[in-house]
Amino acid sequence: MSTAQGFLAVAAGGAAGALARFGVSIAADSMGIASAWATLAVNIVGCLLMGLLVAAVIANPARRALWQPLLGVGLLGGFTTFSAFAADSVMLLDDEAWVAAATYILATLAGGLLALRAGVILGERLRGHGGKA
Amino acid sequence: MTAVVLVAVGGALGAAARYALVLSWRAHFPWAILVVNLAGSFMLGVLLVPAQEQILLFLGIGFCGALTTFSTFALDTLVLAREGRVHAAGINVGLSALGSIAALGAGLLLARALGG
Repeated sequence: MSTAQGFLAVAAGGAAGALARFGVSIAADSMGIASAWATLAVNIVGCLLMGLLVAAVIANPARRALWQPLLGVGLLGGFTTFSAFAADSVMLLDDEAWVAAATYILATLAGGLLALRAGVILGERLRGHGGKA
Repeated sequence: MTAVVLVAVGGALGAAARYALVLSWRAHFPWAILVVNLAGSFMLGVLLVPAQEQILLFLGIGFCGALTTFSTFALDTLVLAREGRVHAAGINVGLSALGSIAALGAGLLLARALGG
């Protein structure tokens, strides 16, 4: 895969990931759910999927060339976000909702790291059962 | 429909910009991801003040949203921890979380100051 093809894969994945994140935020908004919850859900689900991807798909070198830029860097990289996390945190701090802000920040960090770890464990099991094809 | 195009194009550009920096900045510590996360948060802070809908969709949700990434940050952190570099993993978490919040706040304050 050439560098240009890699960039195309990342851009296509990034467009899809950003749209999926936008979709989640619109759905949450229409249900009256605060934006911080939508960002938290996106980041935790994205980390779980990243763990699965890394352990079950990218671990196979034959699949890495396409799926890493398309799904890892592009789709999941673009789906999950740090800027919206920072914005939600600043809004909570600005409202002087200290406990909510601290809870949100810790839940995002711990939740994301644990979800990624869980995804890796699940992905390794899937790969073990599914053979190395 | 316009919103979908703005978010998608912004997302494609943001992810590609992140990829360009990661490819050109290979290091022993995930500096490239830390820098895009701080820069994207600062930029979103600047954008939140005028808050024009089309700009927010294209640059805020699309570009900044996809330029920054949480899943890659988490993966980098886990890899550092697995290599036994627990100190570096902790520094990555602290700098990313507190840094992005401070960067967004700084962007917000700058835009408010400039916007009068």
